[in-house]
Amino acid sequence: MRTIFYIMQKEFIQVFRNRMMLPVIFLMPLVQLLILSYAVTFEIKNIRLYITDNDNSVASRALLEHFRSSDFYHISGESADALHGLEELKEGEIHQQLVILPGFEKQVVSGSPARVQVLTDAINGSAAALMNAYTLSVIESYNREVLSHMQGFPPKMVQVSWRYWFNPALDYKTYMIPGILVLLVTLIGMFLAGMNVVREKEIGTIEQINVTPIRKVQFIAGKLLPFWIIALAELAFGLALSVLLFNIPIVGNIFLIFLVASVYLVVVMGLGLFISTITNTQQQSMFLSWFFLVIFILMSGLFTPVESMPHWALQLNTLNPIAYFIRIMRMIMLKGSGFQDIVKPMLYLSAYGITILSLAVWRYRKTS
Amino acid sequence: MYEAKENNGNVIEAVDLVKRFGNFVANDRLTFSVQRGEIFGFLGANGAGKTTAIRILCGLSKPTSGQIRVAGYDVYTRTEKIKQRIGYMSQRFSLYEDLTVWENFRFFGGIYRMKSALIRERADQMLGRLGILELSDAVIASLPPGIRQKLAFSVAILHKPEIVFLDEPTGGVDPVTRRQFWEMIYEAAATGITVFVTTHYMDEAEYCNRVSIMVDGKIEALDTPEQLKKTYNAGSMNDVFLKLARRNEEQMKE
Repeated sequence: MRTIFYIMQKEFIQVFRNRMMLPVIFLMPLVQLLILSYAVTFEIKNIRLYITDNDNSVASRALLEHFRSSDFYHISGESADALHGLEELKEGEIHQQLVILPGFEKQVVSGSPARVQVLTDAINGSAAALMNAYTLSVIESYNREVLSHMQGFPPKMVQVSWRYWFNPALDYKTYMIPGILVLLVTLIGMFLAGMNVVREKEIGTIEQINVTPIRKVQFIAGKLLPFWIIALAELAFGLALSVLLFNIPIVGNIFLIFLVASVYLVVVMGLGLFISTITNTQQQSMFLSWFFLVIFILMSGLFTPVESMPHWALQLNTLNPIAYFIRIMRMIMLKGSGFQDIVKPMLYLSAYGITILSLAVWRYRKTS
Repeated sequence: MYEAKENNGNVIEAVDLVKRFGNFVANDRLTFSVQRGEIFGFLGANGAGKTTAIRILCGLSKPTSGQIRVAGYDVYTRTEKIKQRIGYMSQRFSLYEDLTVWENFRFFGGIYRMKSALIRERADQMLGRLGILELSDAVIASLPPGIRQKLAFSVAILHKPEIVFLDEPTGGVDPVTRRQFWEMIYEAAATGITVFVTTHYMDEAEYCNRVSIMVDGKIEALDTPEQLKKTYNAGSMNDVFLKLARRNEEQMKE
């Protein structure tokens, strides 16, 4: 026990003596939360719409009025020449073009199906889907108005009323921040801890350690515990920022979050340590860590929904610790899930942690 | 069965030590023994296999074959027992540069399970003898190489090991500091620590009780410096070494 204490003491001194380290540890969560919450957003505002009205009727103007009065649209061009709008679409000047063909009013009045054309810049697929959904809902509200005018009373039709649970305002921040916190913890666990061991290899001090009667397990525990503590402190700091600065609600039990994080950290530190046992320099180790990290992040469900991935990707994702933690974090923070709800992924994370850490300890050699 | 055996006061005994890396034979059937309390010089040119052998004796590397005992323990099975009884100073500088002198002492003393009071006492004693007590809180990176080298040696013998292995301890150090370093080695030997030192400075060989000379992975000679000079009819250890190296070259040609 005392041996572990001496190693931890040394690690803490080294971390806090490094002038780079402290600012990075505390600036990182702040900057990441700021950027990802405000700059990178899925929300669509200010859709630049180009209008081509070839009907020029009361009916067509009424439809356009619905677009003009919406906060989501900004009418950035208008002409009778549809090709002109198309040109602007090609150049990326506008997001969407709405074309109303001649005879629109006649069709509406006669009750036959009236057609409008919507052209959408779909380079960003998910944005395009959202814009289409907005546009459809605007047209639908116009439809209802027309129907009620024609029949003189509100139409009796099935109306779907939406309610978004757990994130009623569809706030992007609410969705992203739990994920960002996961990334923070991951970076510290996987990089700082793993890199630290390789660094001793690189500067040669590991020889001096290996020639002492220290046991592998003591050495590894002494190496990992400081970063385990730092990562949990970082998580606390990040959670505090989210609540105080970004008004993110934490519906579930905060202690449950820390319980999951402590288990999760064992997994990522085990990965970092394992990488450090198969590499000799910080450069190699960094490169390999990034390789895994980028794949894990892309498949984690942080940016795109996991559910829409192909089957093989889902299978692969059972090995992705970040995916588990992000899912659990969102469940606890946004849905208020309790321990029973997360038992299964927790068990999995625990098994994962034990496996990878034992593998790393086994792979770590005091001799060559 | 695992009890430490010590025959005739030998703390290191190697019989037919072989280390192979693929086809390359780094250590070719080394047979030698080191007596308790002596300063044993392990000489050879760069690449002769000195470091490979020293790493095996320290338990950092596994031998391919041979019977080797260090401090009475078998190097195949009892490396952890051996590690409690030895100190090691590697070729590469092995203190933490971002820690202070005292923090290095405390850390290494700590992992040898020394009591804090004892670490403090010995550290003060050693720094006092080096006349650098006031540098206790200086960060290693701020110290000149000579002082660092002396500190690395002090840390290696902090826990009073039975044997200390020094792998080219005076590499890249000025002659005055080398001289002082050897005084430290004598002091350590006087307290009963066996010193196993590798070097390629042949003048340093004169300071050893006995030396072995390695050429291309083999021990070509092993005796006291006086006896070696007599045998090879040489004026200095440097001449002995050159004669051995030349003889070996001629054998290679034939």
